[in-house]
Amino acid sequence: MTQLTGHSSALDFAQPEPVDMASGKYVKLWQGPQHPGITGNMSLELTLDGDTIIDCKTHVGYLHRGFEKLMERRSFIQNFTVVCRIAVPEPTFNEYLYSHAVEQLSGIKIPERAIWLRTMNLELMRLASFLMWIGGMSGAFGQYTVPNWTTAYRDFVLDLFEEMTGARIYHMYIVPGGVRAGLPDGFEKRARDIMDGAEKLLDQVERVMFNNAVFKARSKGLGIITPDMIDPYGIVGPNARACGVERDIRKDEPYLAYDQLNFETITGKDSDAYERAYLRLQETRQCISLIRQCLDKAPKDGPFQADMPNVLHWKIPAGETYVKAECTRGEYGYYMVTDGSEFVRRVHVRGPSYTHAIAVMERLAVGNNIADIAGLMVSLHTYPPEIER
Amino acid sequence: MSLKDLLSPFFVWQRAFEKPYTTLRPTLDRPGAPAYRGFHINITETCVGCGSCQTICQNNAIDMVAVEAYAGRAGDSGLRPRFDYGRCCWCGLCVDICTAASLRMSNEYAWISDDPDSFHFTAGVDDKPWQDNELGYRRAEGYHLNPPKRIEMPMLSAQESLKSFAEVTLGYNEEQAKKEADRCVECGICVATCPAHMDVPDYIHSIRDGDYEKGLQLMYRTNPFPATCGRICTRRCESVCPVGILGEPVAIRWLKRFIVDQVDKKDYQRILEKPIASTGFKVAIIGAGPGGLSAAYYLRQQGHAVTVYEAQATGGGMLRYGVPSYRLPDAELDKDIDHITSIGVEIKYNSRIGKDVMFESLLENYDAVFMSTGLSVPSSMRINGENHARVLSGLQILADVASDRDPGIGKKVAVIGGGNVAMDAARVSRRLGAEVTILYRRRISDMPADEEEIHECQQEGCTIVPQAIPVEIIDADNKQKVCIKWGEAKMVDDPKGGRARPVLQEDKMHTETYDCIISAIGQSSNLDYLSKELQEQLAFEWGKLTPAEYQHTSMKKVFVGGDFANRTADAISAIEDGHHAARGINRFLNPDFYTALEKQEN
Ligand SMILES: Cc1cc2nc3c(=O)[nH]c(=O)nc-3n(C[C@H](O)[C@H](O)[C@H](O)COP(=O)(O)OP(=O)(O)OC[C@H]3O[C@@H](n4cnc5c(N)ncnc54)[C@H](O)[C@@H]3O)c2cc1C
Ligand code: SF4
Repeated sequence: MTQLTGHSSALDFAQPEPVDMASGKYVKLWQGPQHPGITGNMSLELTLDGDTIIDCKTHVGYLHRGFEKLMERRSFIQNFTVVCRIAVPEPTFNEYLYSHAVEQLSGIKIPERAIWLRTMNLELMRLASFLMWIGGMSGAFGQYTVPNWTTAYRDFVLDLFEEMTGARIYHMYIVPGGVRAGLPDGFEKRARDIMDGAEKLLDQVERVMFNNAVFKARSKGLGIITPDMIDPYGIVGPNARACGVERDIRKDEPYLAYDQLNFETITGKDSDAYERAYLRLQETRQCISLIRQCLDKAPKDGPFQADMPNVLHWKIPAGETYVKAECTRGEYGYYMVTDGSEFVRRVHVRGPSYTHAIAVMERLAVGNNIADIAGLMVSLHTYPPEIER
Repeated sequence: MSLKDLLSPFFVWQRAFEKPYTTLRPTLDRPGAPAYRGFHINITETCVGCGSCQTICQNNAIDMVAVEAYAGRAGDSGLRPRFDYGRCCWCGLCVDICTAASLRMSNEYAWISDDPDSFHFTAGVDDKPWQDNELGYRRAEGYHLNPPKRIEMPMLSAQESLKSFAEVTLGYNEEQAKKEADRCVECGICVATCPAHMDVPDYIHSIRDGDYEKGLQLMYRTNPFPATCGRICTRRCESVCPVGILGEPVAIRWLKRFIVDQVDKKDYQRILEKPIASTGFKVAIIGAGPGGLSAAYYLRQQGHAVTVYEAQATGGGMLRYGVPSYRLPDAELDKDIDHITSIGVEIKYNSRIGKDVMFESLLENYDAVFMSTGLSVPSSMRINGENHARVLSGLQILADVASDRDPGIGKKVAVIGGGNVAMDAARVSRRLGAEVTILYRRRISDMPADEEEIHECQQEGCTIVPQAIPVEIIDADNKQKVCIKWGEAKMVDDPKGGRARPVLQEDKMHTETYDCIISAIGQSSNLDYLSKELQEQLAFEWGKLTPAEYQHTSMKKVFVGGDFANRTADAISAIEDGHHAARGINRFLNPDFYTALEKQEN
């Protein structure tokens, strides 16, 4: 049996020479599909020379639930309960993009209050998602204290979701036409308290996880994404920003209330696992600031839903659209085609993990030690369900 | 890397002295958020079983099941949602779409049971610990998945409408009709309530599909007067439409009208069903009102030869001589009647039974007789001086106007009554240029007239004086004017919980002179074509009778329907009576066929 060896450079797309598996010099190892961390069900087929990786292939298919197809058989309102499942730790971006695409195609304009509530909801989601991610990153390097702190603290953010949306994980709050409810009494105070606590927690995390000799030794220099990779590989989000690329849809093409929020795009330069992690830590802090700004500025009353047709017979004129938003991992997009019927003709969900976990991962893995592969994977922040949709 | 990087991680120990995040379950309980989407609660008393929850659930987690306690309740399907927690994803869409806001969720987190069947339950019927939970997810105020407001019917302004007898309502355009049709949740509760059981959700669906010919076909299955009913129906369907529980009911009547308005009369023959081959049976019908003509239409469809005897020169009964043309233009009534005659129903006009043709001869010459002669005699006010020359009846005035005669009402009139006839008489008088005061015994909210009618009546400038009881007509000899004495009424609650009663206050009397007084307090039947013996044999009481099954009377060949044979006295009930009688006459004429059919069905 033959295998491919690594490439000479990240931009070398030529077919490399196969290695001779029969020689007994190489070992093949499957990393996943079960992961003890947060990367979810995806597997890497690794070819090793000693404990050095010389080839990596990503395999998916363990999580395929056929969401895009499911949507073609459900009404426009029913789909909003389906899309959240495409990225379990970050359902809200799917809710928003699905709703936004539907609104674009049906010409619905959502009211001001819904715009703010959506923005806040998305930033709360970013906060929850990053808190979980920090835990995963720390855990991947064998440090299990920080995961206990951050995943537990994430639950306080989930408490806020529970109050705001009626559910902790699958919020189903952002719905075509607006949002499902305003904020409950006392929410603002509790949200501010939780933000204060999160800020304190992040300082502790920085001390323990980032000012940490072991973490630094293992993550600095790991998985460097070079600037010339960014566009050919379609690298987005913190993975691109850590490489010095100023790319953030919230700033570049502001949507919802982002043009009324005060924030700067954060960039790094070293572009290794450490840099990416540190950048995310800073973005988590930025998130807290954005949530506070939303709490300050969101209208306290007024409608939170546009006038809707009877959703039981809702038909949307034929058309197509592509909408996008900056999720924790970069550009998340929905391409939607309608044909004038009660059902969507086609939805294509573009999750950043598609490139990050396949093309990028396969390249970056090569040459690394087997022990670092888990940390590398988490440093790219990938969600397998959005690869398979 | 520095010394700091080696020491800093030891900071973790400091956290050992901080309060942990976690809750100690089960020692400490943490309730769900007040709006948590927990387990389903249904207030079954408020629920009408429309089934919108079942329709919207993308997981097929809801089945509508019959619940005995609600079987046969008016405006209620008798069904209630049964949840399957093996399928539910707790999205709460069912709560959002619930037309009655009866469905909600508790904020309970956990339900632990070793009985798998307990996860399959009819909320509010099967006992569950969370049933009385006060918290949990509710649809937020101001959040709608179906527009609560109906599309407003375009109308002439009040000033404009007073200028002529032109139709006041202008009809929906296609966009408006489609939008309104969209509001229907297709529960079918209206079908059960409509006296004729019209296929409402399906013909509304045909509007959404833009297939108006199909819509017309569906309507003719149960009602050969769609152009008429699309304008003046009493629309009991709308009173039970669940969309109307929290918002305004679907404008079923206007949608019916819209369909008819889209189809040209000359296409009816092509679109609608034709009668089957002749059976050789002959049926006579007395009265070309909606009752008589509906029976005629369905009997003719079944292949019988049908002859309708009508005393007047045109058909339609009270729809022609009562309902004013600004509500129902003659051309629209003719659209319906012309189709009925086009399939071979023969109408003999100016043929009064009892005068031109004898009832007995019909019994002799026909295989069956259906009569629907309506209520044409104005009821008396039972007050002194009522026979004054300037006391006119509402029916008479309406009939005059319908026949292009001047009723000569003068410039200042009072209308007595609070029903639709009173409203019609008042609005007609306004169009004839009179100043109109309506005197009604009870409160405006007690008026039997349609709310819309009352509103439009006021818009057109009629003054309604409620709680006004006519006492006496004075100045009997004045031939030009009439003076009425009326007293203010006090409403006295019925101790038994019935309708409040107006009681005359002797010390609060008023007199006022008018050019005429129009009495419109009700009407009764004219049975002069039936001998006393026949009336007795048919069991008429106070001019009305209650028929047996299939509108049959005690006489073998005779079937009845319409105003004098039902309690609701409106067009749609007469239409259904006629249709039902047609079924009865079919059975009567062809018993073998129906016995065989019934055997087959059982
Ligand atoms: C002013 C007014 C307004 C109304 N508004 C509405 C409304 O908005 N909506 C609604 O649903 N209903 C309305 N109604 C009621 C509706 O018109 C009647 O319920 C309906 O017409 C009853 O139909 P029918 O067939 O029983 O009798 P009718 O319509 O009264 O028809 C009876 C027919 O029999 C004929 N006839 C009587 N005696 C003889 C005889 N001896 N020989 C031959 N022919 C005879 C009469 O000339 C008449 O044509 C209104 C009624 C009035 C009076
Ligand atoms: S909550 Fe959602 S999934 Fe569950 S029964 Fe209601 S509509 Fe169906």
